[in-house]
Amino acid sequence: MTVAASVVHEKPKVIRSGRRFMSGDIACAEGALAVGCRFFAGYPITPATEIAEHMSRRLPEIDGSYIQMEDEIASMAAVIGASYAGVKSMTATSGPGFSLMQENIGLAVMTETPCVIVNVMRGGPSTGQPTMPGQQDVMQARWGSHGDYEIIALAPSSVQEMFDLTVEAFNLAETYRVPTFVLADEIVGHMWERVTIPDPETIKIVNRKKPKENPSSNFAPFKPEADLVPPMAIYGQGYHFHATGLTHDERGYPRTESVEAQTKLVQRLCNKIRMNRDKIIRVQQEMIEDAEVAVIAYGIAARAALSAVRKARAAGIKAGLLRLVTLWPFPDEHVGRVAKNVKAIIVPEMNCGQIVREVERAAKETPVTFLSKLGEEPHKPEEILDAMREALK
Amino acid sequence: MTEEELRHPYEKFLRKDRIPHIWCEGCGNGIILNCFAHALDELNMNLDKVAVVSGIGCIGRISGYTNTDSFHTTHGRPIAFATGVKLANPELTVAVISGDGDLFAIGGNHFIHAARRNLDIKVICANNFIYGMTGGQGGPTTPLETWTTTTPYGNIEQAFNLVHLAAACGAVYVARWTTLQTRWLIESIKKALQKEGFSFIEIISECPEIFGRYNKMETALKMMKWFKEASVVQHFSDPAKANITPDRIVVGEFVDIDKPSYGQLLKEMKAKASGKKTDR
Repeated sequence: MTVAASVVHEKPKVIRSGRRFMSGDIACAEGALAVGCRFFAGYPITPATEIAEHMSRRLPEIDGSYIQMEDEIASMAAVIGASYAGVKSMTATSGPGFSLMQENIGLAVMTETPCVIVNVMRGGPSTGQPTMPGQQDVMQARWGSHGDYEIIALAPSSVQEMFDLTVEAFNLAETYRVPTFVLADEIVGHMWERVTIPDPETIKIVNRKKPKENPSSNFAPFKPEADLVPPMAIYGQGYHFHATGLTHDERGYPRTESVEAQTKLVQRLCNKIRMNRDKIIRVQQEMIEDAEVAVIAYGIAARAALSAVRKARAAGIKAGLLRLVTLWPFPDEHVGRVAKNVKAIIVPEMNCGQIVREVERAAKETPVTFLSKLGEEPHKPEEILDAMREALK
Repeated sequence: MTEEELRHPYEKFLRKDRIPHIWCEGCGNGIILNCFAHALDELNMNLDKVAVVSGIGCIGRISGYTNTDSFHTTHGRPIAFATGVKLANPELTVAVISGDGDLFAIGGNHFIHAARRNLDIKVICANNFIYGMTGGQGGPTTPLETWTTTTPYGNIEQAFNLVHLAAACGAVYVARWTTLQTRWLIESIKKALQKEGFSFIEIISECPEIFGRYNKMETALKMMKWFKEASVVQHFSDPAKANITPDRIVVGEFVDIDKPSYGQLLKEMKAKASGKKTDR
């Protein structure tokens, strides 16, 4: 057998623009590459492994680095290190790995590290059902690390959104210097669909703010600007700056006994997200204007919800969908507005009731019906339709 | 004397506004910081291209004192953090300086894997046999039959032999010194800083305030006396036989070998993958 000696290799493309057929996990990886991610550290875990596999093949082609770490604790630490060295970085995991990452997610919050964590959610608790879908980590994403903080989390419903929202997650992480989550689920991760990857010039890419001043002995790496976000110096450029997981001042120096420093820092870490809620939060509304009953859903459950809403309309029921693209910070105002105008709200989730608690809080007096689903199959549109009929009785 | 003459020769290596440090009187960490600065100075290193990473514990505060880019990570994770820094910017010299509990108990997994990969970082361990910051509990290097706040009947756990562990995991440079042998220690730090690959230096460091008090060596002088009497300089001896005992601390260089670092292999792989070089 002879091997052709003159194989012409096409130069690897950073962005594979055009219409493509791929899985959600691969679309996620391509989205990360398109927005400039050049570092991935991870650990194999179903159903997120394909993201790591794809990154291990693609990153070296475009001068990026992929490393399989010894566990998810190390993966998250390495992601922070790479970000401090100036490279957009990410990891991808599922429930058990996400639990291990919580420690250094807290460190990323405290040191204001732009980075993206993808959690392709499966059935838990513990090892649970690795190959089955779940939406059981949405509260862990919000509250999983110790201490008080705010993060951003997005929930894709399609393979296209695995690409689009990964791009957006990086942009938000870079804008607010905050770890940002893509909370997918096994179905969205493993499902194959058509994806349109945009031309490079049409992809919005945000890079972190750089310090305006040159290195000096007075440089304050954590001094915020008006948006409460400090510009970010990176290693190797002469700033000689310090960062720590301890409570610190604007110089980055530990302030372990100061009430003032603790209050100032923790409030700013929360407020930089809270203050910018309007810029961060995205929802999708379908047929909601005149709706008497609303389905509020996210991720894979939102697809059945949309189908249920269409069926309801066909049957003469005034139904609408509020899809939460952003889960955290929670879209209180959107839910509140919808709640004022409808008689009932239906919340289908693949867990035992997590986001529904937030919906109930924001919906105030409006009755909320919760539809739980655990295991292999997502909600059927008919189940959601039945719940709407029941709620309107 | 003029102000210039009064200036400490290593001032430029320190964040002056962070001094005085938090370490106790007689602690060995100051000697370690001094030797590290000495090595950087003798090598005339560009401080813009040095990153110092530390974990949690007394010595973990060292990254706050060095006038370089620096990071004080979560407990046990400095090597994992340093991995990201080094891969994202291979130009940087990345030194991890941390304690025995941080690097070998909670962070043990990261140590063995970074050494196995031959990641190009320099790991310096201040081994004081104890968890100092939390008040003196026993740890992975606490010698058998010594006293700590959590071994009130004497320690019944076997201690790690760190140089043996590092050698077995694949480190290309391994040395051990006590804080007494500063000239040798500085030479070892210089060697590690210049050598490509995973380098490891164990520094036996005195904690008179806690470990000393609990073990009848309540002053730095008494601990130094122990180091002096017990130290045996043996270059390239078998690290497997270098267990620390009350009357024998084998010091010296144990490993100095060459093999491709993770960074070198990664660079070659990238060239292959990007089509820059091809055998076809």
